[in-house]
Amino acid sequence: MNWREILKERARKALNKKAPYGTDIVLSNYSWKVSESVVIDSLKALPKPLLERSKAMGVDVDEKSVSGTYLQLDTNVLRTYVTEKFKKYGVYVMSVEDAIKKFDWVRNHYWKAIPVDLDKYTAITELYGRHGYFIYVPPGVKVREPLQACLFIHREGTAQAVHNIIVVDEDAELNLMTACAALPTRAIHIGVSEFYIKRNAKLTFTMVHYWGPTHHVRPRATAIVEEGGLFINYYVHIAPVKSLQMFPTAILKGANAQAYLTTILVGSKDAHIDVGGRIIFKGADTRGEIASRSLIRDNAHVIMRGELIGGTQSRGHIDCKGLLLSPKAIGEAIPVLKSINESAELTHEAAIGRISRDELEYLMSKGFTEEEAVSLIVRGFLEVGIERLPLQLRKYVSNVLDIITKYAKG
Amino acid sequence: MRALDALLEWLEVINNMLRVKNVTVAVDDLIVVRDASLSIGTGEIHIMMGPNGAGKSSLLKAIMGISDYKVIKGNILFNGKDITDLKPHERAKLGIALAHQNPPKVRVKSRYILTKLMELYHKGSVDKYLRELIKEFNVEHLLDRELYSGFSGGEIKRFELLTVILQKPKVCLLDEPDSGVDIDTIRKLASIISKLVNDGTSVLLVTHVGHIVKYLSRADVLYVMVGGRIVYQGDVSIIPRLLERGYQILTEL
Repeated sequence: MNWREILKERARKALNKKAPYGTDIVLSNYSWKVSESVVIDSLKALPKPLLERSKAMGVDVDEKSVSGTYLQLDTNVLRTYVTEKFKKYGVYVMSVEDAIKKFDWVRNHYWKAIPVDLDKYTAITELYGRHGYFIYVPPGVKVREPLQACLFIHREGTAQAVHNIIVVDEDAELNLMTACAALPTRAIHIGVSEFYIKRNAKLTFTMVHYWGPTHHVRPRATAIVEEGGLFINYYVHIAPVKSLQMFPTAILKGANAQAYLTTILVGSKDAHIDVGGRIIFKGADTRGEIASRSLIRDNAHVIMRGELIGGTQSRGHIDCKGLLLSPKAIGEAIPVLKSINESAELTHEAAIGRISRDELEYLMSKGFTEEEAVSLIVRGFLEVGIERLPLQLRKYVSNVLDIITKYAKG
Repeated sequence: MRALDALLEWLEVINNMLRVKNVTVAVDDLIVVRDASLSIGTGEIHIMMGPNGAGKSSLLKAIMGISDYKVIKGNILFNGKDITDLKPHERAKLGIALAHQNPPKVRVKSRYILTKLMELYHKGSVDKYLRELIKEFNVEHLLDRELYSGFSGGEIKRFELLTVILQKPKVCLLDEPDSGVDIDTIRKLASIISKLVNDGTSVLLVTHVGHIVKYLSRADVLYVMVGGRIVYQGDVSIIPRLLERGYQILTEL
């Protein structure tokens, strides 16, 4: 058996392995068929509803201010693009399938950060998933203009399972923005992402999700950060979703590596959302923080997990907060600290509450109407982690947070 | 006589920014302020003292329009306009600002609150102005914390006064800005308040301990409140004696 067959064999054995958290999804209810493929030379050639959704999510459809684009619709890669400048520097954006064929070394990053048999979702991605993006930034190259990756579902009942691999080589930098959305009534999205951040490299990964009230979403992500590397993961979920479960992990392997994971979402209707973040501090003097902010309304149930596993001279902090906006909304915060070295310094704060009358009265005495005071608290509550994002993205993320605020208030 | 009354009334209006006329305040069914009256002219600073539970804070909250503090009798006038039935944000927009004695924690970063106050009260780009104030009030280290979460006593007082200044008020209601703070902070706050008054802002300052008064550039009128009533209105020169001998001296006056 070759290396790929060995992986597939392991995957087959895990096809019924439930994830420890989140609602269990019957994967056979979705279509795993490969749809017909087309290639488009511009994002503007997208079907109108998708084009509109792309714009709403901040995708640069003119590609004027981006360094590159990856666009996948259902099971097909429609567009891969890198500006001439970065092409010259050796930056690659392509389907992961193509990358495996093109570069032998990609196999050393394929299911190396995440085990293929982690659960049924990773297993099915290896067996029946299609594509996903491969992005490579060579040593010393700084890709500061956003590189955008769009993963959209258009066909009814589609299961989109993608495997993404991102390698930011030594002293390099990448500002990656991912937009994921689905338009049909029934859809499931599984996104496996393996991030390799080499020595002194920096990756800012901003992920904007825009699902619908019937969609299930299962991202699986792990970053391996080497000496002096920095991983900034900012996840924001705009709209309702039926179920979302993820537990992205950053492994700070090298000394002085850092990771900051931020999750911002709104849970509504009867959504079941189980999101978390884990940082494993292996190298000496590593730093990390997990922050989450959940707005919870209607009958939604949101669980926020955070886990820090601290080693030598590491310093980590968890900051989980939920704001309940309806009487039946449920929020849970589960911070876990594991110190495996006496010099590790791990802390956490967690709070779930409602907007208090005192807060509102106070703000009204400062000149805000009751409506403005509620907006200020809801919107202000989401102000976390933005300062770590590249300047070009802050304005955009700020607009997204305004949309979430409006939605959360109903 | 009627014309004279009208003239006197008009003079009252133009001379007094804030007038409290025979106001009685109730919280639930409990009367906390009885028949209080005061008038503060433009650029004047009036001091209000009194023992714990005298009704000083309740009167300020009623002037601000905080909903639990109902004015059941009397009127509050601002610039001649009756504001007794206005909501707190409407009063704030007119130019009344309250520095709360014990402001609640607000689950929003302090920086965000300042930004929103700037948007509300200052049009155009005034980043430099805010940066300078942040430096002057020494609150830079508090900006990424949630408002009043883990603030020391002095930090609360400084930040609260900063929010008031950002409101560009015509009348400042300062509720015990000097309680629980060190002497250097009191001096600092007194100098900021004095500057406000010199610039034409009217101030009603409630102080329980009275220490701040000696650091103010001036003080125009003293009120003493006991048991919900204003029992003394007059010269501020009695403050040292009050501080030394307590409120019993009022019976000697």
